[in-house]
Amino acid sequence: MNPAINVGAAPVATPWFFYGLAAAAVISGLLVITRRNAVHSALALIVTLLSVAGLYLMLYAPFVAGVQIIVYAGGIMVLFLFVIMLVNIERVSKERQFNRMWPIGLLASCALLALFLSAFKKGKSLFPDRIIPLPEATNTQGIAAMLYGEAGKMGQYTFAFEIASLLLLVAILGAVIMTKKKI
Amino acid sequence: MIDSFMSYLGSTVPPGNAGNQLWALIYVLIIFAGVSVAVICMNWIERKALAHFQIRLGPMRVGPHGLLQPIADALKLMLKEDIIPDESDKTVFWIAPVIGLLAAFTVYIVIPFGPSQAVCDMNIGILFMLGVSSLGVLGIVTAGWASNSHYPLIGALRSSAQMVSYEVAMGLAVVSAILMTSMKTGTGTLSMIGIVEAQQEQGVWFLFKFFPLGLIAFVIFAIAMVAETNRAPFDLPEAESELTAGFHTEYSGLRWSLFMLGEYAAMIAVSSIAVTMWLGGWMRPFPNWLSGQPWDFIFSFFPGLTFAALALFAFIGTIRMPKHSYFRIQTIGLGIFGLALAGIALLLLVIAVGGYVAQSHATTGPAPASLLKALAAFNEGTGYVYWFVLKVAIFMYLFIWYRATWPRYRFDQLMKIGWKVMLPISLGALIATAVVGVIVK
Repeated sequence: MNPAINVGAAPVATPWFFYGLAAAAVISGLLVITRRNAVHSALALIVTLLSVAGLYLMLYAPFVAGVQIIVYAGGIMVLFLFVIMLVNIERVSKERQFNRMWPIGLLASCALLALFLSAFKKGKSLFPDRIIPLPEATNTQGIAAMLYGEAGKMGQYTFAFEIASLLLLVAILGAVIMTKKKI
Repeated sequence: MIDSFMSYLGSTVPPGNAGNQLWALIYVLIIFAGVSVAVICMNWIERKALAHFQIRLGPMRVGPHGLLQPIADALKLMLKEDIIPDESDKTVFWIAPVIGLLAAFTVYIVIPFGPSQAVCDMNIGILFMLGVSSLGVLGIVTAGWASNSHYPLIGALRSSAQMVSYEVAMGLAVVSAILMTSMKTGTGTLSMIGIVEAQQEQGVWFLFKFFPLGLIAFVIFAIAMVAETNRAPFDLPEAESELTAGFHTEYSGLRWSLFMLGEYAAMIAVSSIAVTMWLGGWMRPFPNWLSGQPWDFIFSFFPGLTFAALALFAFIGTIRMPKHSYFRIQTIGLGIFGLALAGIALLLLVIAVGGYVAQSHATTGPAPASLLKALAAFNEGTGYVYWFVLKVAIFMYLFIWYRATWPRYRFDQLMKIGWKVMLPISLGALIATAVVGVIVK
C-alpha cells in the first residue's frame, strides 16, 4: 500500500536482541518445569511463548509472530490458566510426583539435543546457504501467495492446507460431540 | 541528537518506519500522556453523563461542576493504603495489574492517528493489535487467581470464558473488513495505515461497502468490543450485584487504579480499531467527493470550532454559577478554564488560516519556504488527529450510553449470544463478503 515504507531503515535486529530473547526463552522454559505451582509454570510458559514470538520477528516473519501471540499466548494459555485455576493448587503442590517418567524424559531430551547438535554441525549441507529475506512490507502477502497461489493459479500448498483445515474441523466437531450429551 | 531530531521533519512515514528512534520515543510519550489525559476526561464525563441519565447532578463539589474530581480521585487512590491479602500469591498479585496495563498500552504503537502520525506502521498491524489486546485477559485471570478469594476467582473465570468467546466473532468481523482492502489492488493488507488508505482509494468507508455486509461486520465488532473490554451490559466479571467487584475485589489504592487505567485504555484501543477498519480512520468526511483546497480550508476550521464550542459551554457555566461569595474562587477558576479553551481555539483557527495561506503561497510567499511548509504540515496533521479522535470519542460516549441504558446480561445469555448468534452471523458475513468480492471483481 505505502511504497515509502522501509526506505532507508537500518535493520534493528542485532545479535543482542537474539541473545536477550533466547535467554528469556530458556530461563522461563526452565521455570516452567521447576516451579511446583502450576500457575507460576503457566505464566513462565507465556513468557517463553512471547520470547519465541520475538525470535520470529527477528527472522522477518511478522505474521508467524502475530499468530503465535494470538493463538498460543492469547488463546491456548488462557484456557490452560482457566483449567489450572480450578485445581486446588495447595494440595497439588504438596503431593509427591507419583509417576516415574524421568528416565524416558531424559532420553527424549538427550535425543533432541543430539538432533540439534547434529543440525548445528552439518547445517551447511542440510540447509540452503542463505534465504533471501522477503522485504518486511510484503512477506505476509508472500505467505498468502505460497498457500493460495497467485491470482488464477493454485498455490504450491493449497491442497495440503485445505486438508489440514478439514482435519481441524473434524477435531472441533469431535470435541463438541464428546462434551455434549444431548445435541 | 539535533540532527536526528530535525532529519525526521517533513517525513511522510511514521518514525518507526523511517528508523528514527528519537521521534518514535517522542510519539510514544505524546500518546501515553494523551491517553492518560483522555482517561481522566472520560472518567469525569462518564460520571457526569451517567448522573444526568439518572436525573442526578453527579460530582459538583470539587471544582466547578466537579471538574477537578478526577484529580482528587487520583490523589486519593495514590494515598490510600495498598492492601495485599495475607493468603494471596504476592508475586502474581503484584504482576497482574501490570500485565493488563502493558497489554492495553502496547497496542497504541500501531494505531494510526494520521498517515504519518503513528509510532510505527507494521505489516501485521491489525493482527498485532488483536493479539496483544487479547493478552489483557491474562491480567484479569491472574488477578482473580492470585487474590485467593471466591468472588475474584469466579469473576476471572467468567472473564476468560467471555473474552475467549467474543474474540472469535470479533476476529471474523475484522477478517471480512480485511477482505475488502483487497478489492481494487488485488492484494489486501493488514497494516493499519494500509487499511485506511484502501478505504480512501476505494472511495468508501468499509461501513458502507457492499451494503449491508460492511455494516453487519461493523455491528458484530461493535458488540464484541463491549464484551472484550468487560463493559456494561457485558460486565459480568465485575457484576457488583453478584460478585462484589469481581476480579478486582481484593485490590485497593494504586493497583486498583492501574486496572481502571488499563480498562479505559483498552476501550480507547478497541474503538480505534473500529474507527480504522470501518470509519475511515483519520480521514475527514468526504475526502474524495469534497476535495480541493476550499473544502480543505473549510474542514480545517473544525478543530478550532470544537474548542470554541467547549469554551462557550465553560463561559455559560461561569455566568450561571451561584453569585454567593463562597463560589467566587470556583467562578473565577471556571472563567480561566474557559479562557484557556478559547485560547486553544484561537490558536487552532490561526493555524488553520496560516496553513491555508502557507499552502497557497508555498513557493511564492515572502516568508521562508521551510517555515510555511512546516505550518501547512502541522495544520494537516492537526486535522488528521482531530478527525480520528472525534470518531473515537463518539465510541467512548457510546460506551457510557450503553452502560446507562441496558441491564446486565445473564451469563448463559451472554454465551448464547456469543456462540449462537454472533459467530454464525459473522461467519455468514465473511463468506458473503468473499462471494460478493469475487463477483464484483
